[in-house]
Amino acid sequence: MTTSVADPQATEVPPEQQKGLAARLWDRWPVKLAVAVIIIIWLIPTLGLLISSFRQPDAVKTDGWWTVLANPFDFGQWTFSNYDNVLSSQGFGNAFLNSLAVTIPATIIPITIAAFAAYAFSWMEFKGRQIMFVVVVGLLVVPLQMALIPLLRLYSSGASIFGVTVFPDLDLNGTYMAVWLAHAGFGLPLAVYLLRNYIGSLPSSIIESAKIDGATHFEIFTRLIVPLSVPALASFAIFQFLWVWNDLLVALVFLGGTPDVRVVTQALQELNGSRGQDWHLLTAGAFVTMVLPLTVFFALQRFFVRGLTAGSVKG
Amino acid sequence: MSDREPGVDLQEPTEPERVIREDAPGSNVAIAGLRLAASLIIPVVGFFVLYWAFDFLRDQEANRVLLVIVALVVGVFGIFGLYLAMDRVVNRLPENVQEAVRPYVFVGPALVLLAVFLVYPALRTIWISFLDASGEEWVGLENYGFVFTDEEMVRSIRNTIGWIIIVPAVSVSIGLLFAWLVDKLRRGEAFAKSMIFLPMAISFVGASIVWRFVYSFRPEGFGEQIGLLNGIWTGLGFEPVSWLLSEPWNNLLLMIIMVWLQTGFAMVILSAAIKAVPDDILEAARIDGATETQVFWRVVFPSIMSSIVVVTTTMVITVMKVFDIVFVMTTGQFGTEVIAERMIRWFFRFGHDGRGAAVAVVLFLAIIPIMLINVRRFRAEEAIR
Repeated sequence: MTTSVADPQATEVPPEQQKGLAARLWDRWPVKLAVAVIIIIWLIPTLGLLISSFRQPDAVKTDGWWTVLANPFDFGQWTFSNYDNVLSSQGFGNAFLNSLAVTIPATIIPITIAAFAAYAFSWMEFKGRQIMFVVVVGLLVVPLQMALIPLLRLYSSGASIFGVTVFPDLDLNGTYMAVWLAHAGFGLPLAVYLLRNYIGSLPSSIIESAKIDGATHFEIFTRLIVPLSVPALASFAIFQFLWVWNDLLVALVFLGGTPDVRVVTQALQELNGSRGQDWHLLTAGAFVTMVLPLTVFFALQRFFVRGLTAGSVKG
Repeated sequence: MSDREPGVDLQEPTEPERVIREDAPGSNVAIAGLRLAASLIIPVVGFFVLYWAFDFLRDQEANRVLLVIVALVVGVFGIFGLYLAMDRVVNRLPENVQEAVRPYVFVGPALVLLAVFLVYPALRTIWISFLDASGEEWVGLENYGFVFTDEEMVRSIRNTIGWIIIVPAVSVSIGLLFAWLVDKLRRGEAFAKSMIFLPMAISFVGASIVWRFVYSFRPEGFGEQIGLLNGIWTGLGFEPVSWLLSEPWNNLLLMIIMVWLQTGFAMVILSAAIKAVPDDILEAARIDGATETQVFWRVVFPSIMSSIVVVTTTMVITVMKVFDIVFVMTTGQFGTEVIAERMIRWFFRFGHDGRGAAVAVVLFLAIIPIMLINVRRFRAEEAIR
């Protein structure tokens, strides 16, 4: 039945391909027009930002960025000076490095810890396995806002139970480490959950045969599980990377605002506060904060989509 | 045919039969001690390795590139090396103890980290919400009373409810429309989708700057309008408007930013769901004379209902926690307060931890029921498989 239904459509295709280019472009024009309109609306704000960031500072202030569309090849109006300015005088260069120093460990630490835990939850037998896993996943509902103030106090004055110091006073506030560990903690429930689902679904036969060959759990984990789980690990890594890179709240709370440690989102937020009308700087600064996530987006789109969609429930 | 969520590709059903029971010699105090030690050693040692690395780096402020490299090395090899070292230690233990302790080396660090960074702080926040500004005197429910009576707080709750209704509704509608349209294209579908999805890569702060520029305003006589919206508005012959100051519409303008950011997420998930609707059902409907609009509302829409619910609930949770956009655009002034932004303000600007904590708890309590909807749906799907 269905094949006979599908057939006429299949025979329809060749004549359509024989049609001229103009006719093919005209085909289904309402759909194409609607799609094009939505895309243009979606891109215009970013386009305005990008164009303005390359215009002369005075020009940005005197007329709208769309006026350059009249004569885009007048090269005298373009400049890199705004980028020079934000990267050096406004400290975005330094902030960019800080962002890297915060983001890379804050991505890798939770992934490593979560992968080991996910392996144990999937393939090792021990007391309380189920209940522990349920508790870990249950922590997904805790928004990170719940943790900010007590963590801040923990970092600045430690914690003790009945006079015994359980968490030493290390004065971590304003350090990268404070942010690494906070992001690692906040990212863990989701990481364990996603990786447990993936690692747990790997075929049991390969793990059993490795065991018969005398492999230890550690060897199975490093030589079998990690290579097989690359798609899941990559998806989560990209999600966590973007989450941390784009985060303002955690950085604001734990890093503080000193120019030597602040990350790009903080630098941009402060620039917005102090020089809110200097659009030539704001646009260039904003683009500096976006360039790495956008690169990741275009280079690793497949993993990116999976990671973001799977990770969007994160607190 | 199955209802699987495209976005959650990672979640495959798990097999129950794979675990081999290793004979764990039960309730031995020594083993319990070893287990605890095994769980604790990695986080504690890891902490100090990181701390040492950081301390080392603090002395060398000047060289940021070196710092990034060391951070990378510590992050990648440090943590992994610790697991390796702990595994070696376990190998030295008596054979019957090994297998009882080893799982705790693997699981323990995650549990310790979660206990310190989520469980303890969350409980402490609940406790703090019953205390006064300085966190010393017990004030009972006073802070909660404040949350529901203070003028700005009530406005922030009202605004947040507006966000919760409008943002997901608009995002899901546009995302669904776009996914349906783009599905009909022969070429360029991937490109078109990535253009809508692109803002997902941008931070809330970056997006706020993008849109503050769109909304920027100059009073008449102070030069030409450089904001796109006022450019169009004055082009149409109207007086320029200070958009972000005009209550209550400024709330809608802030919501547009969120819609711009989140529609890509809705579109990607709904597009995959639309593709999962079997072609023969669609063809059958068309042969029966259904128009494309009818096909959409009577066939496609009901079959992707569960995906729409997921996208909506997920987005509601994201929107509830929105903070950066309001913080950057209006700093919560001009009637644009939202709950998460109020929380930060009471914590850090007004220094009243009790009130900040009470707001956090209210936020937490509001998120739970929505999470439960998601979890129940997820479990129902697991059961179908």
